[in-house]
Amino acid sequence: MKNETRYQIVISGVGGQGILFITRLLAEAAIEKGLPVFTSETHGMAQRGGTVISHLKVGEFASPLINPGQADGLIALKAESLTQHGGYLKPGGWAAVNSSAPLEMQAPSRPFYLDADRLTREMDDPRSLNLIMLGFTLSSVQRGDFDHGVLHCSLGDVETVLENRLKGKGHLLQSSLRALKAGADSAAAA
Amino acid sequence: MKQAVRKELMMGNEAIARGLIENSCSVATAYPGTPASEILSSVAKTSKQLDMNMHIQWAINEKVAFEIAYAGSMAGLRTAVSMKQVGLNVASDPLMSAAYMGTAGGFVIISADDPGPHSSQTEQDSRMMAMMAKIPVLDPDSPRQAKDMVGMAYTLSETFKIPVMLRPTTRVCHSRQDVLPGDIFPSATKPDFKKDPSRWAATPKFRYQLHLELEEKLAQIAVHKATEPILRNPEANGRRAVVSSGVAAAYTAESLKNLQLWNRLPFYQVLQPFPLHTAFIRLLLEAYDKILILEETTGMMEIQLADRNRIKGRLSGVVPRAGELLPEKIEALLASFAGVEAQIPSLTQAPGRRPTLCAGCPHRASFFAIKKAAPRGIYTSDIGCYTLGLNLKAVDTVLCMGAAISQAAGFYHAYKREEKRPDIVATIGDSTFFHAGVPALIDAVNQNVHFVLVILDNRTTAMTGSQPTPATGKSATGEALVKVDMEALVKGCGVAFLEVGDPYDTKGFISMVKAAVAFSRSKGPAVVIARHPCIIDLARQGKTADPVEVMVTEECDGCGFCHQHFECPALVEVDDGQRTVVDPLVCNGCGVCLDICPNGAIVEK
Repeated sequence: MKNETRYQIVISGVGGQGILFITRLLAEAAIEKGLPVFTSETHGMAQRGGTVISHLKVGEFASPLINPGQADGLIALKAESLTQHGGYLKPGGWAAVNSSAPLEMQAPSRPFYLDADRLTREMDDPRSLNLIMLGFTLSSVQRGDFDHGVLHCSLGDVETVLENRLKGKGHLLQSSLRALKAGADSAAAA
Repeated sequence: MKQAVRKELMMGNEAIARGLIENSCSVATAYPGTPASEILSSVAKTSKQLDMNMHIQWAINEKVAFEIAYAGSMAGLRTAVSMKQVGLNVASDPLMSAAYMGTAGGFVIISADDPGPHSSQTEQDSRMMAMMAKIPVLDPDSPRQAKDMVGMAYTLSETFKIPVMLRPTTRVCHSRQDVLPGDIFPSATKPDFKKDPSRWAATPKFRYQLHLELEEKLAQIAVHKATEPILRNPEANGRRAVVSSGVAAAYTAESLKNLQLWNRLPFYQVLQPFPLHTAFIRLLLEAYDKILILEETTGMMEIQLADRNRIKGRLSGVVPRAGELLPEKIEALLASFAGVEAQIPSLTQAPGRRPTLCAGCPHRASFFAIKKAAPRGIYTSDIGCYTLGLNLKAVDTVLCMGAAISQAAGFYHAYKREEKRPDIVATIGDSTFFHAGVPALIDAVNQNVHFVLVILDNRTTAMTGSQPTPATGKSATGEALVKVDMEALVKGCGVAFLEVGDPYDTKGFISMVKAAVAFSRSKGPAVVIARHPCIIDLARQGKTADPVEVMVTEECDGCGFCHQHFECPALVEVDDGQRTVVDPLVCNGCGVCLDICPNGAIVEK
């Protein structure tokens, strides 16, 4: 288990935001690269607007859950997710947060903020928030000056996964890629 | 190293489904319930893709599902039934009896547990049901192992002619892992029911013989090689050992490595927690001074190790008796068991969001009408999305599937000799009504219970992901089935008052429920069917109606009525509750809120 690729990412928000979908895109990007992957999802009643959390582990792991204090990164689709699930981050971990203003952090970490609610309204597509945040995350962590342990895939990898998944659904694919790009561009602008 | 077949990202439930198909299962039945629902839908999907010749069905309830699959096994075929743990309670009657009678073709019962609980009424341990029924149970730690265990279960079932339980938990069902699909062997078996009344229709005299037979089978299964516990770290030696099964074993493996205890604490992973292998029990008690047992959700392996001094687990109080065994809890237990210091961070509990009915959900409109029509009523309810009516104070009780109706009857009988009797309004979903509501309704008619039953008919089994109901007229694989007529069924139960209305028609629907309440006070049971399709289901089919665009005017004085009695996530309080606005990102455009504001401040744009 030494010197192997190992990434642990928490994705959280509320039911209905499309957390399972972006978790799945990241997991399939890992499989494309031949990496072992494990995810854990929230189903059932919580999906009706309650707190929803996904765990994503890339590399050799035996179990689907991440221990508190061990996550490399957190994607928070609601500002409150950072308060609720910031405890999963390891010291120095990154967090991509949907918030109009910087927030106080529980653990020492590297936060990136985007007002994705505003951007979603501007794009007039309520269902694009998850992909905006994913694009923003992928672009932010690529720009971040990290040594290692950032993410297992790039924006381009996720675009490829989307193209494979939404083959034959031209309109949906275009709007998805547009949302991903809008998020990525806001990271560039920040 | 290139694999000939590509690994796939499989959810635990999909991996189990794949296991069923790879192992020539011919009949698969289920009733949906979190965390088990995706097992049957995945069997249906894969079987359709591969054009398999299988019978796959959603049954009306778990008991019926069990009996259909069991009869298939009696006819010599490999069959399976899947459900959530509380569903197994409904199917417990055939389970106990089938254990005695045994099987012909392989028969696997998949019962998914929900430690936490995340989406269930209880944290009950299905393995205890297997123990009570005296059948073997397998406990997978991951999607990959869950798929492998399906094959193991069929072999076990056919070798010993016994039903076998596969017991995944939420963290196995709803995790995804890269899994290598295996080869598929279509079933070549033809149905061939061999009549044997002393077995298949055994009277009590024969049942005694069958019980002796069952005990003999269990004794043999407890020495069966293929399901023996595995020593995961043969390099470790010491006088303390750890025993674990299911996803707790996966956490144990990772935690032992995190704590650098992998070479110190011998770690046994149990595949078959019941019956625990006889040689393994002997080995543990001979070789170790202290044994820590990590398992979900009860100490059922612990019970089988008859040494109260050396065994540390849930019964001894070392492991918490309730709640999910999260990896950080397991790591702390292992550190303390090994006597090592470790800094193990845990999550500080921050308040989360409570679930709520979707914006535009027709149930919200129904609950609003019920509270208008019977403001001081007793509201019994049931299992489904509409349990969330409790946020609106329109749900007072939730017991189990179908209980809304029988509990309404119970309240009526409790109050009927009183001078002032409360109105009683029961709510139940369409799928739940079919599942366990019908017998209770017949009973209420027979006893002339004065109550109103509102059947929240959203034309689907919504909470578990839109599975068809008997009224949908569609099979699990999408073929047309005979539609069951709900109105005819209600009338057939003997109900004299029956109305069908659309809860989106707020005013009309309130008058309809009022009429039902009036009838129930003077005459007897009244039924209202609140019919409006689930908006999630409509969106999935691309049939979303044109939205009604709404806004809040200056007339809003921040009284909070809409939040307390309607609680739509699209109506948002701003300025410290002084005002309410509509969140256009969340609003579904149902237009029901136009009729609810006491100041008339919600208007069409």
